[in-house]
Amino acid sequence: MSSTVSAHAGQAAEQPEAAPSRSWRRATGDLALGWRQRTLWGYLGWQDIKQRYRRSVLGPLWISISMGVLATGLGILYAALFQNDYRQFLPYVATGLLIWNFISGCVLEGSEVFISNEGLIKFLPAPLTLHVYRLVWRQTLFFLHNLVIWAILVVIFPQPLGWSLLLALPAFALLVVNGFWVAVLSGIIATRFRDIPPIIASVVQLVFYMTPIVWDYGQLAKNPNVAERARLAELNPVMHFLEILREPLLGEPIVWRHWVVAGAITVLGWVAALLVLRNYRSRVAYWV
Amino acid sequence: MVSIDIQNAYVDFPIFDAKSRSLKKAVLGKAGGRIGTESKVPIIEALRDISVSVRQGQRVGLVGHNGAGKSTLLRLMSGIYEPTRGRARIEGKVAPVFDLGVGMDPEISGFENIMVRGLFLGMTRKQMQERVDDIAEFTELGDYLSMPLRTYSTGMRVRLALGVVTSIDPEILLLDEGIGAVDSDFLAKARDRLNALVERSGLLVFASHSDEFLVDLCDTAIWMDHGQIREQGPLREVLAHYKGRDVVAELAERR
Repeated sequence: MSSTVSAHAGQAAEQPEAAPSRSWRRATGDLALGWRQRTLWGYLGWQDIKQRYRRSVLGPLWISISMGVLATGLGILYAALFQNDYRQFLPYVATGLLIWNFISGCVLEGSEVFISNEGLIKFLPAPLTLHVYRLVWRQTLFFLHNLVIWAILVVIFPQPLGWSLLLALPAFALLVVNGFWVAVLSGIIATRFRDIPPIIASVVQLVFYMTPIVWDYGQLAKNPNVAERARLAELNPVMHFLEILREPLLGEPIVWRHWVVAGAITVLGWVAALLVLRNYRSRVAYWV
Repeated sequence: MVSIDIQNAYVDFPIFDAKSRSLKKAVLGKAGGRIGTESKVPIIEALRDISVSVRQGQRVGLVGHNGAGKSTLLRLMSGIYEPTRGRARIEGKVAPVFDLGVGMDPEISGFENIMVRGLFLGMTRKQMQERVDDIAEFTELGDYLSMPLRTYSTGMRVRLALGVVTSIDPEILLLDEGIGAVDSDFLAKARDRLNALVERSGLLVFASHSDEFLVDLCDTAIWMDHGQIREQGPLREVLAHYKGRDVVAELAERR
């Protein structure tokens, strides 16, 4: 390992200034070094999951079970409320929920990613993005556990699955790539401004109801009384990410508009995250 | 070439109190005028104008009072802190032993902790598996390595941490105090291993308050005072100036 760390040799400047610490090479180097340590975060991510269920008899199976209970309960409740057929609505709610769990996990834990790893950041030299890789990997593992529920429900209540199911793979990949920039961006900003995590937590709670998870967007849009308001959901970026993955998983027709929006957000988000990483990467150790 | 070169480096910590760390000031401050702008954040200059260069084969002791900046300097040398002003250039594979609780999971076994530590220090899983037996033998922990780490005493944790860093052929070894928790027999063993390491391919920087350890492990020293380097040179001279008496001679007499 070799590294050069330098800044202006300015005399008694008022503000700490840092020039070569802020370089694109350092930012991308951090990402590359983090990727090279995948054995480490792969191990730590598994460890995080095992840790949570240590000494319990069923272990990580609890992830799937609690998801199954929640999805069944909510599915039956909202099917009754909206007077839908539960055979169709239960898989709909369950699939939406498990995708939502991944998204909200990345967003919620993303803002705390550096704050909660304070000890490691201060005591072991490691690339900053290591913690982000670990977080996204952990959420991916949670998602895979939850996917069991989807598989069970699709067997019990057959869905019109087709070749479009293959689209689920790139869709999930896109979700992972977005989870990464969200964690980098909000993680760095939240380390500096500690009000960010509670703000994000309350917004996420609201967004859950603004996203068609326990309600059906198409159904509300058809109802002339609420169609206007339902269309507001289009402004919710989470909806587009949810749809690109839920459509193939349930064999629904693919709406390409969602892919376009999701793709555009991915590019914008990464540009913002890379900028913040470039400028403030070296400050995180000072801020935590 | 393994080396540490630090020139005129500063480490300034911004101290955000609950108010200045919040968005409120940044947002409301703009609306209301100039109150609460960034420059109002108080700064602690933990290290000031540090220039050090350490070359391969050197064993440097860090002395100074509590809060003099020893640990911060070690973290600057490890690359955890990049200097806010000045330059720091570190060439070589860094292996720090700072806080013994960090990077160790109390719930998993000693073996697994050896693995995690090794991975953090840039080893691969296979490389660590090859070294596990050697570490087990060196630490003398035996069957205890299968027990969760929370059952370990402080001294046993130090043994584990030292066992890992000395087994992975690091080039830059950075040790903070705290390793004093081990008994003298083990320390003698560790010293031989550390010295062998430094001779092979590395350098060592060791912060300590214990004269015995310093004399055992180091040949040169840096005296830190209020975030600045007060003196650097041969261990005997620096220690004598720091303590006000010839500590090395006293120790030699006693032995």
